[in-house]
Amino acid sequence: MKIPITYNLRSMRARPVSTALTALGIALVVAVFIGMLALANGFASALVRTGSDQNVLVLRKGADSEMSSSIDRETASILASVPQAARGGDARAMVSPEVYVVIALGRIEDTTGMANVVLRGVSEQAWQVRQNVKVVEGRRPASGKNELCVGAKLVGRFPNTVVGQTMHFAGRPWEVVCHFTAGGSAFESEMWGENEQVMPAMRGQVFQSVSFRLADPGGFEEAKRSLEADKRFTVDVHRESEFYAQQSQLLGSILRILAVLITSIMAVGAIFGAVNTMYAAVSSRMPEIAVLLTLGFRPRSVLASFLIESAIIALIGGVIGCLLALPLNGLVTSTTNWASFSEIAFAFRITPGLLLAGLIFAVVMGMLGGFFPARRASKVPVVQALR
Amino acid sequence: MALVEIRDVYKTFTRGAERIDVFTGLTLDVEQGSFTALMGPSGSGKSTLLNLIAGLDRPTSGTVRVNGAEVSAMTPAQLATWRSEHVGFVFQSFNLLPVLTAFQNVELPLLLTRLSKRERDERIRIALGVVGLDDRMDHYPRQLSGGQEQRVAIARAIVADPTLVLLDEPTGQLDAKSSQEVLTLLARLNDEFGKTILIVTHDPAASGRARRQLHLEKGTFVEQGSLVP
Ligand SMILES: Nc1ncnc2c1ncn2[C@@H]1O[C@H](COP(=O)(O)OP(=O)(O)OP(=O)(O)O)[C@@H](O)[C@H]1O
Ligand SMILES: [Mg+2]
Repeated sequence: MKIPITYNLRSMRARPVSTALTALGIALVVAVFIGMLALANGFASALVRTGSDQNVLVLRKGADSEMSSSIDRETASILASVPQAARGGDARAMVSPEVYVVIALGRIEDTTGMANVVLRGVSEQAWQVRQNVKVVEGRRPASGKNELCVGAKLVGRFPNTVVGQTMHFAGRPWEVVCHFTAGGSAFESEMWGENEQVMPAMRGQVFQSVSFRLADPGGFEEAKRSLEADKRFTVDVHRESEFYAQQSQLLGSILRILAVLITSIMAVGAIFGAVNTMYAAVSSRMPEIAVLLTLGFRPRSVLASFLIESAIIALIGGVIGCLLALPLNGLVTSTTNWASFSEIAFAFRITPGLLLAGLIFAVVMGMLGGFFPARRASKVPVVQALR
Repeated sequence: MALVEIRDVYKTFTRGAERIDVFTGLTLDVEQGSFTALMGPSGSGKSTLLNLIAGLDRPTSGTVRVNGAEVSAMTPAQLATWRSEHVGFVFQSFNLLPVLTAFQNVELPLLLTRLSKRERDERIRIALGVVGLDDRMDHYPRQLSGGQEQRVAIARAIVADPTLVLLDEPTGQLDAKSSQEVLTLLARLNDEFGKTILIVTHDPAASGRARRQLHLEKGTFVEQGSLVP
């Protein structure tokens, strides 16, 4: 690389408007690219963080979600004494037979629309089984009462979710007694009550799932084998982490494909912008290029120089794009989790890797857009250009 | 052996159906250390001849040798390297890159050498000193007069210490006083530094400074300088 970069930087500064517009075009693409992937990222990580390696989720055989599963009381009581379950300080097995229903609630902001929210009826042990769940305000629902603990991501988005307020559904009042967080996971988009209160309120006869915590994380295979072979019931045994990762897959990959599709279409526009700018730069600098060639700079140095110029403009665009996208980080949004048709709230997640990918994407756009103009520059006919 | 040996060179341009035969069997020697003025009417092929010597263009047939190397047979990449080592070129108008300072413009040929930054700096200072512009190093071309610009271009042409300096109407756009400065400088480069100089000019004052005058007319020489002592 023989031609000094100062030459490129100063030449870019000599035509500030076209440089800025080209960079801006690339900045927009990079911002959208990062934004959409941050969305996919946030969604996937919310679901992935929901599950723990040490937890086991038992569903009816063939059920692909808790919604479509059912576990009768008899099965639940056998599962309650599964030998691989961990025991808490009170010596009780950490097993939680759970009721999983979806209820429609009106939103605070968009009063016309309803959203499906997960209501999970849990046992007292659930709070030990899910170790990422933490009550941040109030106290846990008391046994035998219509009380709710509301996930942090629902608070403020649905009416009457403040601690001390009362929600009405399933024909009865439910007092909100606490809020909980769960490490940003999908649990934060759920409401938890006691399983024995939720089941009759929803006119159910059965649980939907049984979750338990393994005493030894390595005991999963053994638990799976013995439970799935048990003749008294037919169940599927999932590792909780794998189950949630699986749930995020469909929507996660759709979001990613969409991101790639939309940004590719936009990228074509940005690349053409760069092509235009660089062709204009080359034709207005023909005599300069001819001088460089007569001085003994090789055609491929000229090609490299113009490619670098295009890449620098694109890199500036990439940095601007990153700055544009960065405020999205942590912003909470929601979507329907297609595996349960309930709403799940999650935060845009911009990682350093994603920013780097955005910058690389920008430089690639710049190089693609700069290639043909740079090649033309390297082929400038010296004699004609100086006549 | 002459520094530049042109043997039986033909050069034909075709523009559409039109054929322009600029040279039909041109032969010329330019001695090492000479100062030659090349004159002739417009269209007689003066620029074309300089371009052939510098390897910027190729003869249709015939050979061009400089310092024993056959320029007309080199590949473009070989030509680029060869030119950076052996030829300094000054054009009539467009010479300097407008976004670089005088110093940076003069530095360009040295970026193709293995010289260190310190050695380059020293050479640039010397070259700009020779052309009398060491106080204008950080000026941009638009901050210089036409004559000063041409002197920077000459500094750039000599900074890498080439054997041969080719100038195509370097005073064409200068007033009489600036022209004189440039010509005095060229005479000095030839006298003091032993540079071989070949200058294309319409200016009688310029050709007067040269030790040999060549007149090109319709592609052949009408030599005068060697006949009139
Ligand atoms: N690239 C080219 N394509 C076609 N014709 C050309 C080309 N270059 C030069 N010519 C023709 O060759 C002839 C010689 O041109 P050249 O530029 O060498 O003349 P010159 O002696 O330098 O003239 P001037 O004094 O006007 O600069 C002219 O007739 C010109 O039109
Ligand atoms: Mg000419």
